[in-house]
Amino acid sequence: MLNQLSDSLMTGNADAVVSLVKQAIDQKLDPGDILNDGLIAGMTVVGQKFKSHEIFLPDVLIAAKAMNAGMEVLKPLLVNEGIPSIGRVVIGTVQGDLHDIGKNLVGIMLKGAGFEVIDLGKDVAPKTFVEAAIENEAQIIGLSALLTTTMPVMKKVVTLATEKGLTGKIKIIIGGAPTSIDYANEIGADAYCYDGINAVDCARRILGVA
Amino acid sequence: MLPLLERINRGEVLLADGAMGTMLFERGLKSGQCPESINLSAPHLLEEIATLYLQAGADILHTNTFGGSPLKLAEYGLDDQCHQINCQAIRSVRAVVTDKAFVSLSCGPSGRLLKPYGDTDPEEMRESYRKQLTSILTEPVDMITIETMTDLAEATIAVETARQIAPDIPICATMTFDCTPRGFFTVMGVTTEQAATGLLEAGADIIGSNCGNGIDNMTEIAAEFGKCTNAPLMIQSNAGLPEERDGHLFYPEAPEFMAEKCRKLPSAGVRIIGGCCGTTPAHIAAIRKTLTPGN
Repeated sequence: MLNQLSDSLMTGNADAVVSLVKQAIDQKLDPGDILNDGLIAGMTVVGQKFKSHEIFLPDVLIAAKAMNAGMEVLKPLLVNEGIPSIGRVVIGTVQGDLHDIGKNLVGIMLKGAGFEVIDLGKDVAPKTFVEAAIENEAQIIGLSALLTTTMPVMKKVVTLATEKGLTGKIKIIIGGAPTSIDYANEIGADAYCYDGINAVDCARRILGVA
Repeated sequence: MLPLLERINRGEVLLADGAMGTMLFERGLKSGQCPESINLSAPHLLEEIATLYLQAGADILHTNTFGGSPLKLAEYGLDDQCHQINCQAIRSVRAVVTDKAFVSLSCGPSGRLLKPYGDTDPEEMRESYRKQLTSILTEPVDMITIETMTDLAEATIAVETARQIAPDIPICATMTFDCTPRGFFTVMGVTTEQAATGLLEAGADIIGSNCGNGIDNMTEIAAEFGKCTNAPLMIQSNAGLPEERDGHLFYPEAPEFMAEKCRKLPSAGVRIIGGCCGTTPAHIAAIRKTLTPGN
């Protein structure tokens, strides 16, 4: 049944995903298994296929919607059972920048991989990132920028996090068209991610989860 | 001056201008500021930029209206000024070029995703393009450039709307492709063949590609288009992918390098060559040189 669930998710059939999650719950399957072997397993395949250009953004978006629909049903049980997420990530597009398609995709892929995502939206001030990360006890801050002119805001976030003594406690990952591994090194960010799938790999590596 | 399509049909290769955003940032456009707000706050910059591209030898000059649709302007709370913003952009370029060059209205993507992938209704998107394009009824243009499209459904809406408003004005529609191991696709999964068929069916006269990651890929994309259509093509390449150097942005492809590569484009059917992000009047002047017979 969990295979069927992950297949339905891959084709973006939200109705089927919801009804299969409900069935799995009724059959007393472990909520953690439903999440990992059903939803996350499906989304991982979606991510891999997107990475290898077998499928494109529309397919990912549809699958993500199905994933979210399934999570709505499953989430209360996960909370009740005290099953923790694999990590908590605060994401947003930096101040002055209103481009959020890439950032949204990163959020989708992170959620799809089982991370808890706090999305601060676009045009987010450095202070807001750092405060939200502390408040939510996040392990990672993810910064996005499309404009070359807003990239420098990323450095401000890194600087502020350092000032607050968060170095090592909260890792900062960056991404977006004008950014690069060199830029990440230059500003002292912990990692550069070239796309949403890569962001998941980075976050997993940072938190030491397989 | 002969009409644009007539010149193209006679086999002439026309030269469009280079980047607008790059020029505006050099002239004080601020981080997070709406590039089109310049049209109302500092229209003299538009004239200055148009003058530079005209002097560089461009036959077609684009207006600073890439993000001039109400859906895009709404991100900055400027959607209610759509008409003035677009009209002023056209007026400024026209004042410079008079009848020495063609003026083309630039229309970029709405920044929204259509249902079911996003939350935007097709009719809302159509209305947004209609509002932007209506400006050409007040301030006439010689061409419309619908560019940087990745979703064929959105591009189709834009082209159809343009065709409806301007039955006789040449419409150019270009999309942005990524190079993948399986060939060229937009991020939404559109192939060059699908783009060619879809854009021409929607009513475009000239099709092609803009932006991207440099002139080498663009040459291949032009060849792909050339395989599936005889329609005139337009290519406007970035000057490569930007690199960060000492806190400044640097586009790696120099004017001469790019111009030399552009020599190959006409044989693939390209009839309009221009530049996208990172290209400058120097790039356009260099391409002009290679287009001039005998060079």
